[in-house]
Amino acid sequence: MNSYYENKLTTNEEKALLDELLAKENLTPKDRMAIPVQEMPVQDPDARIHTMSEVALGYTKTQAQLEALRCLQCKTAPCIKGCPVNINIPAFIAKIAHDDIQGAAAIIRETNLLPAICGRVCPQEKQCQEPCTLGKSLKDVGKAVQIGRLERYVADRERAQGIIALPDIAPPTGKKVAIVGSGPAGLTVAADVRRNGHEVVVFEAFQKGGGVMVYGIPEFRLPKAIVQEEISKLEKMGVRFEYNTLIGKTRPLMALFDEDGFDAVFLGVGAGLPKFMNIPGENLVGVFSANEYLTRANLMRAWDTGRAATPLFPSKRVAVLGGGNVAMDAARMAKRLGAEEVHVVYRRTRDEMPARAEEVAHAFEEGILFDFLSNPIEILGNEAGMVTGLRLLRYSLGEPDASGRRSPVPIPGSEHDEIFDTVIVALGNESNPLLARTTPELAVDKHGHIIVDEEQRTSIEGVWAGGDIVLGAATVILAMGEGRRAAASINRFLAEH
Amino acid sequence: MNKIIAKERLSEEVYKIVVHAPWIAKERKAGQFVIVQRDIDYGERIPLTIADADAQAGTITLIFQTVGESTHRLAELEKGDSIQAVLGPLGNPTHIEQFGWVVGVGGGIGAAPLYPIAQAMKQAGNRLTIILGARTKELLIMEEEMRAVADELILVTDDGSYGTKALVTEPLKTLCERSPAPDLVVAIGPPIMMKFCAATTKPFNVPTLASLNTIMIDGTGMCGGCRVTVGGNTKFVCVDGPEFDAHQVDWDNMLKRLSTYKNLEAQHHALYHEEACKLNAAIQEAEKHAGL
Ligand SMILES: Cc1cc2nc3c(=O)[nH]c(=O)nc-3n(C[C@H](O)[C@H](O)[C@H](O)COP(=O)(O)OP(=O)(O)OC[C@H]3O[C@@H](n4cnc5c(N)ncnc54)[C@H](O)[C@@H]3O)c2cc1C
Ligand code: SF4
Ligand code: FES
Repeated sequence: MNSYYENKLTTNEEKALLDELLAKENLTPKDRMAIPVQEMPVQDPDARIHTMSEVALGYTKTQAQLEALRCLQCKTAPCIKGCPVNINIPAFIAKIAHDDIQGAAAIIRETNLLPAICGRVCPQEKQCQEPCTLGKSLKDVGKAVQIGRLERYVADRERAQGIIALPDIAPPTGKKVAIVGSGPAGLTVAADVRRNGHEVVVFEAFQKGGGVMVYGIPEFRLPKAIVQEEISKLEKMGVRFEYNTLIGKTRPLMALFDEDGFDAVFLGVGAGLPKFMNIPGENLVGVFSANEYLTRANLMRAWDTGRAATPLFPSKRVAVLGGGNVAMDAARMAKRLGAEEVHVVYRRTRDEMPARAEEVAHAFEEGILFDFLSNPIEILGNEAGMVTGLRLLRYSLGEPDASGRRSPVPIPGSEHDEIFDTVIVALGNESNPLLARTTPELAVDKHGHIIVDEEQRTSIEGVWAGGDIVLGAATVILAMGEGRRAAASINRFLAEH
Repeated sequence: MNKIIAKERLSEEVYKIVVHAPWIAKERKAGQFVIVQRDIDYGERIPLTIADADAQAGTITLIFQTVGESTHRLAELEKGDSIQAVLGPLGNPTHIEQFGWVVGVGGGIGAAPLYPIAQAMKQAGNRLTIILGARTKELLIMEEEMRAVADELILVTDDGSYGTKALVTEPLKTLCERSPAPDLVVAIGPPIMMKFCAATTKPFNVPTLASLNTIMIDGTGMCGGCRVTVGGNTKFVCVDGPEFDAHQVDWDNMLKRLSTYKNLEAQHHALYHEEACKLNAAIQEAEKHAGL
């Protein structure tokens, strides 16, 4: 499985090992391979389930240097190809080994705008760490160089030292760009387009910026202060944010060109339509989409019961349906909000779970119970319309399906009931049709995803799109990657027009 | 930030505020609503139907009743203060056309959102009957405004303190018994009233619309907290509604879903009043000491 928690050294042992390694002239691959994987310190599980503060605490300087020395500095660097924005990974890691934080940060920032965020939320074990030579040699992807943790370390150190420099901004061009949505896609485009001297306005439906990073992903996994800092940085660069503005309703999309004088528009509106299972009982009292549950807790701060006006449903036994990041976040949030027992109900097994490996490990540590190979066919309720439980079927794993995952097959006669008072449907998101419905000129496919070309251009001249609204519910880094591509295209377009 | 341009207390529990929101004032149509949040850090998001708007002045009019802690806090704001967030216009506009004879039923505070619909229906050339009902005279609002647009205005109160002593369903039934029957009924008010209006018009097959006021968070289709069952299908009130065929709505399910946080809200509300009482007592105490 994973080896995150093996090979724990004491602080003194770590220090001694590092000194010994740094004293050597040249480290051989064998020396490097012998360094144990550096575990990242975390809050104690029993304590952390009573707080919202971040679970993972980040590497110490010694740990980061040790981890950096594990890197074999491969000439082929398969990790770079595994990274969706192709960070020069061996180069930044080499800087960490010599404690050159500014140097490491500069390399990361060549391609990644949000390293403090990506270091925390990217599924590294499926991206840069998956093809890592070291992991392959040690025959365990969990023993790959811990690239994500190192990325986070660099970004955090950089922040702590207050050395984040604002990028240079070209002289004003007189061109105006509207960005719709302030998730990772929108923020990336805002930064890249602003650097070229264009005026940038970000329109956001919610009262705060950051998209899923503030309303969905919980504080205990991604502190909101980090997202807020990125937004403040954009504000300092001269980007203007217009909150509580729903394009398509508050302002029709085309009015941004016709009446407000924008020269280009980027749509980064995210997925934002919760999937339900369409089984009986889904509208009972006590059934929530993960989006609703998490938005109440995160954005509306309902966990702060003394101060927040938004109420939370009092739960004792919670079932969370799904196996991705959304499900892990909802389950761990429910635990923190005082549920006595939280079950994740998932059709397949731990190996098939799409969630980040680290989050799954953290959920296990926090006492979340996993009902694998199990899926509800009905949500049960009483006369008052309240949830009383789930009717479930057991499954076994059959042949691998198109995605390569073994597909679950129901076991006949395995129907049984379990008692729950709350059910959180955490199956992810589909595309929100609001913008397409109010803008008939905008071409979307049968799933409602906005159709774009290789430069992220939509069917409307002057309108680009990227992120979850194009890809379907994806990841922060893929949204950012699309944003970069769109921004480059917008910058070219504005230079020509 | 949206500044409050004017504020008026219509009754003990009902307030009218005029809020600066130029884009919403320009875009909104009859039947649409906004979500307001007094404080963006800890405040609750409250959906309120737009009662009126002035595109020239860039203002919208909101009418609300103080039912829980959040609406009480909203009512504390005075002219010149600002609401931190107002999002809208949300939902679909009412479908307006010349139906013939339209009956509008406004229960309590529901008279406010009914007003722009009544205006639009009248402008489209419909004959218009309006039934306004309330628990008691105090709570009956919009009488003058409605009188100006309606061809026929029927007033009822539960306790008989004003107009006829009746529930809105009684005159509604009488109207349905006329020949020809109304071509369309639009009912806006407490869910229980809309449920009974639907039950009243059903035997006469009179098409009936109800404007649903569910629990909401984002108002953009993202959370699903506003979902209701209509004709056996799940619908999101904020993007698919707020108006639905009242004969298709699963009213019992909607009523139950509305009560999700009821116990908690009752506690909050009680706490709010307790706080307010304590504060008053403290002020009186202080005044006594100061010899006032
Ligand atoms: C609970 C949860 C956990 C996740 N965990 C991870 C993780 O660990 N790692 C990872 O990589 N990914 C994760 N994801 C996925 C990731 O968050 C998304 O892929 C990413 O945020 C998409 O970015 P985006 O910029 O496309 O859109 P979003 O982040 O969805 O932002 C879109 C923004 O646009 C706004 N908006 C929508 N419509 C309009 C409009 N018409 N006008 C104005 N504004 C509008 C929305 O309010 C929102 O703020 C998670 C998702 C969820 C829901
Ligand atoms: S593949 Fe792994 S060991 Fe090789 S350069 Fe990349 S991070 Fe270092
Ligand atoms: S209020 Fe969230 S989907 Fe309607």
